Formats: sequence, structure tokens, C-alpha cells
Amino acid sequence: MNGTTSDRAADATGVRGPGRREKAGPARRAMARHWYAWAMVVPVVLVTGLLIGWPLVRGVYLSLTDATEATMGRTIGVNVIPSTYEFVGLDNYVSILGSGLFWEKLVWTVIWTVVCVGLHYSLGLGLAMLLNRRVRFRSTYRLLLILPWAIPGFVAAFIWRYLYNSDYGVINAMLKAAGFGAVGWLDEPTTAKIAVIAVNVWMGVPFMMIAVLGGLQSIPGELYEAAEMDGATPWQRFRHITVPGLRTVSSTVVLLGTIWTFNMFPVIFLITRGGPGSSTEILVTYAYREAFTSIRNYSGSAAWGMIILLLLVVLALVYRRALRRQGEVW
Amino acid sequence: MSSITAGSTGRARRRGERGVGSSILLHATLIAASLISIFPIVWLILTSLKPRDGWLSTELELFNQPSLDNYIRVLTETQFPTWLLNSVIAAGLTTVLGVFLASTTGYAISRFRFPGHRGVMWMLLITQMFPVAILIVPLYNLMAGLGLLNQIPGLVIAYMTVSVPFCAWMMKSYFDSIPREIDEAGMVDGLTPFGTFWRVILPLARPSLAVTAFYSFMTAWGEVAYASVFMSQEEKRTLGVGLQQFVGQHWSDWGLLTASAVLIAVPASIVFLLVQRHLVAGLTAGATKS
Repeated sequence: MNGTTSDRAADATGVRGPGRREKAGPARRAMARHWYAWAMVVPVVLVTGLLIGWPLVRGVYLSLTDATEATMGRTIGVNVIPSTYEFVGLDNYVSILGSGLFWEKLVWTVIWTVVCVGLHYSLGLGLAMLLNRRVRFRSTYRLLLILPWAIPGFVAAFIWRYLYNSDYGVINAMLKAAGFGAVGWLDEPTTAKIAVIAVNVWMGVPFMMIAVLGGLQSIPGELYEAAEMDGATPWQRFRHITVPGLRTVSSTVVLLGTIWTFNMFPVIFLITRGGPGSSTEILVTYAYREAFTSIRNYSGSAAWGMIILLLLVVLALVYRRALRRQGEVW
Repeated sequence: MSSITAGSTGRARRRGERGVGSSILLHATLIAASLISIFPIVWLILTSLKPRDGWLSTELELFNQPSLDNYIRVLTETQFPTWLLNSVIAAGLTTVLGVFLASTTGYAISRFRFPGHRGVMWMLLITQMFPVAILIVPLYNLMAGLGLLNQIPGLVIAYMTVSVPFCAWMMKSYFDSIPREIDEAGMVDGLTPFGTFWRVILPLARPSLAVTAFYSFMTAWGEVAYASVFMSQEEKRTLGVGLQQFVGQHWSDWGLLTASAVLIAVPASIVFLLVQRHLVAGLTAGATKS
């Protein structure tokens, strides 16, 4: 926000410049100069402010209370029942952070995110490099590989739930045809975890592949030619031309991918419903369930949400700093 | 763009020609990946064409008396048409409003240096990180207070909080790649700043607008969490919520589900394939240029 005051100051001095005719104060001058920009931004600021800012503030407040369905005020017909929840300070946070459940979910969420994004990126990079070569049927391959991206998340989740079905799913039918026994994919914690990761990888690779392909195509071919003339091995070319050339694209998509995967809702919610038990439940689906199933624990859910948000903000800041150290301008 | 790179890699290739073995390996890998990529979709379509209880088969069979039975049932015996209509309206409104807001905001932060500029940029970045879980309860209360529960506009507003920040960011990257001289030329010709934006810059940004529209549409089209909570009335449900009824905990009808999934995925895929080339440019324009 430092920019604001210095900008204003600059404007103010501008007014007192050679002309000296305008007597308008700095505020009015700034208004005259910037009103177009402000007018164009104002709808978004209003919408996001009202619909994100206000709920956020309220979410923070709720997380500091003991609001549940029972204590939240509501209107039934003409009867207005006032809220009876009270301010409890950091109690919710203390009980969440003190529970084994939270750490268990956190560990699984981190594994989920790291494995998914790792596979997204490495498979995406590999496929993009294959597609960046001169290869026959290139555009056909590209089209086929990109297709999962076009399928809405919830549709993909349903498709896969059917493929995983123990009795009628095609995956088990194929296993049986190959002489293996059927696997209860979504009935065991371990297989269920593998199953949801597989779905997320299937859904996420196309985006990474296309983004990386765009990055690869922006690397000038001459660099590779020159390196080849100098006798660089394929690995050296990859290490010293491809990797640095992709750095900006990679850093953006990896961060975006991490945030998206961390908050990925439909895959887990629709495929396993968090089960069996709560073994595949990640932080986000858990917080959602807190708020909207059985006794609606609004304050608990809000506190979970706040913790998730803080984790992500810290992640983004650390990530940004790490990039800065490498000399990135982002 | 691709033709230039194709040419230059082609030249490099001639020097280190690819052997037959590695060619086979390359194609084998790509074919395997493509199969994994499309298999679930193909299987979905095949299942949807099986008769009513065709999915209740423990055998591997590609076809089994193909019929449109499931489609007819979905369209006549279920609420699918209502859900579809709700989804189309919600996604359509989200798209129109989202594109408009994202492009004006993107233009303003790309072209003008105004007090609050950095603040807006930060806000757009940070809102990307919001998990549904934190906003959903307060938003639910807010919507309840405003009487917007079970109302499509309420849902649209919630979706815009998701799509607009990302879209504005994409639009900004694209506007950054349009030379400022073009704006200046517009101004010299006597257009107002808004006139320049509307008549000169927006038409130039068409590819990016397509991407933004597509992203907004898909956000709304595929959303489940907000819709599940905000739209509790049967006739207000959207597709993502409604479809869950077909495959409950105790009762499933995968015939209905697969047919409706095809009906949902096919139009989305067609639109997607039409815009996908721009999608790449739109997403990477900012990232590769800086």
C-alpha cells in the first residue's frame, strides 16, 4: 500500500506544477485522474469484498464461537429464534490442533497433494516433451490426451466410481479376465487412497501437459541446435536449456496445481465420500462435512477452514520467497 | 507459432535422426497414454448404450444389445431436464457476468497505475486460495439472510467469487501482451478510455475472452459443493447435485447415471475442443512473456 501515498503525493505535486491554475485538492485530483480505472475495478472489488471479505470476517468470528445448528439463530415461519452461541476464543483451534484427527488428515492431505502434483507435473512434462517432437499423428495424440480436461469434475468422479465398482466395474472385470482376483477398490483404506489419487492424476495431467507444451514451444530451437553443435548430451540439453526455459511456466502451474489439489473437493466427496471410515477425507472435505452433516458444527468448520487457509497462505509465501531467491520475478 | 517451432525442431532432428526402435517406443508410449486417457470416457459411452440393467454385468462386454433406453429414461422419467435447465442458466449467467467483470478489471490493472492497484492484484491472488470450507458457512448465512437460497442468482454470485479472480488475472496477462500504442492511437482518435477498451482492445482480446468464458462456464457447470448446500429444493438442483441421486449409498442406477453423464460431457467437450487452442495461448501468454 506504499504505492498509494506516493502516487497521491506525486499527483499533488503535479497540481502545483507549472500550470498553477487548478486549485483542486489532491483527493479530487486523484479522482479526476483515476476514476476510469476505479470505475472499472469497482464491481469486482465490491463483489469480492462483499462475498469474500465479509464472509471471511464472519468466518473468522464464527471460528471463535461455539456456533452449531442448535445455537445458531434462525427464523421458522414467523418465529425468530435468536442466536445463543457464545464467544469462546481460541477453543476451537486448540481442540482441533490437539486432536489426532487433524494431524492424521493433514498428513494424508499433504501426501495427496504432493503425490498428485508430482505425478501431474512429471507425467505432464514427459508427455509434453514427447508431443513437442516431430512425430506422426501429433495432433491426434494431443487431442486424445487433452480429452479428460474437457470432462466436468463431477462427471469424471462418477465415471470412475463406476469403473471401480467391486462387482460390476470394468477394472475388476479386466483383473478377473487376466486371472487375478477382484479388488474392493473403495472398500480398503489403501486401495481407496490409490484410487482417488489415480482419478485426480487422470483429471489433472492434461492441464499440466498443455501448459508445459506451451512453455516448451516458447524456447527457441536455436538454443538446442547450438548446444548440439557444442556436443551437449540430451540430458545436458534438458538440464541446461529445457529446465531453465520452463521455469516461469513451471513455477506458476505447480503453485496453482498445489492449491487446486489441496482444495480438491468433488473427487473425494463424490467417489469415496471420504471413506472407508474417514481414510480418504482431506482437510477440505472434512471441514465441509463438519458444517453440513449430522449436527451442523458451523464454528468447528469455520476453524478448520481458517487453518486450511493459513496453511495455503504460508505455502504461497514460502514458495514465492524460494522463487525470489532463484532470481524469479514473480 | 507451432509451425515455426516445428520447423526448427525439424532441422535439429535431421542431424540426430531418430532410430526405428526409439520411434516405436515413442509411439507405444503415446498410444498407451492416449488409451488411458480416453478409456474411461469410451467405457462410459458404451455403458450408457447398454439396456436398462446392462451395467449389471460381471463380464467384459463392449456391446450388449445397444439401445437408447437409458437416454429415454433420463429425459422422460427423471428430473434431469430441470437440472439441466438450472445448470445452463446458472452457468450462462456466470459466464456473461464473469467475462464482463474479469475483462474490465483485467484491463484496469493492466493499463492504469492507480492508487489501490497493488491491493487489487493481491486480492485477486489471495482469493485463489480460498477453500470452499471457509466461505461456505458464512456465504450460506449471507444468502439465507438475503433470501437467495434456492435462487439461481445466489448461486451465480457464489460462482463468480471463484471464477472472476482467476479470469481477471488471465485477462490482465493477455492485455499486457497488447502494445500500449494501440490504446494511445485510440485515444488520439478521440475515444474515451472506456471507448478504447470497448471498441479497440476487447476485439483484439477475443482469444482470451473465449478462454475466460470457457473457464467461467466450466466452473459453474462442474461445481458441486456450493450447489449441494445452496440448492436444497428438488426443482432447483443443478446437475452436479441431482446426479448424486442416481447413485446413492443403497441404490444405484448406473444406466441412468452414465446416460446423463454423456449428455453433460459431450456438449462440454465439443466447446472445449473448439477453444482448446486458445486455451493454451491464454494460459501461458503471461507466464512465458515475463
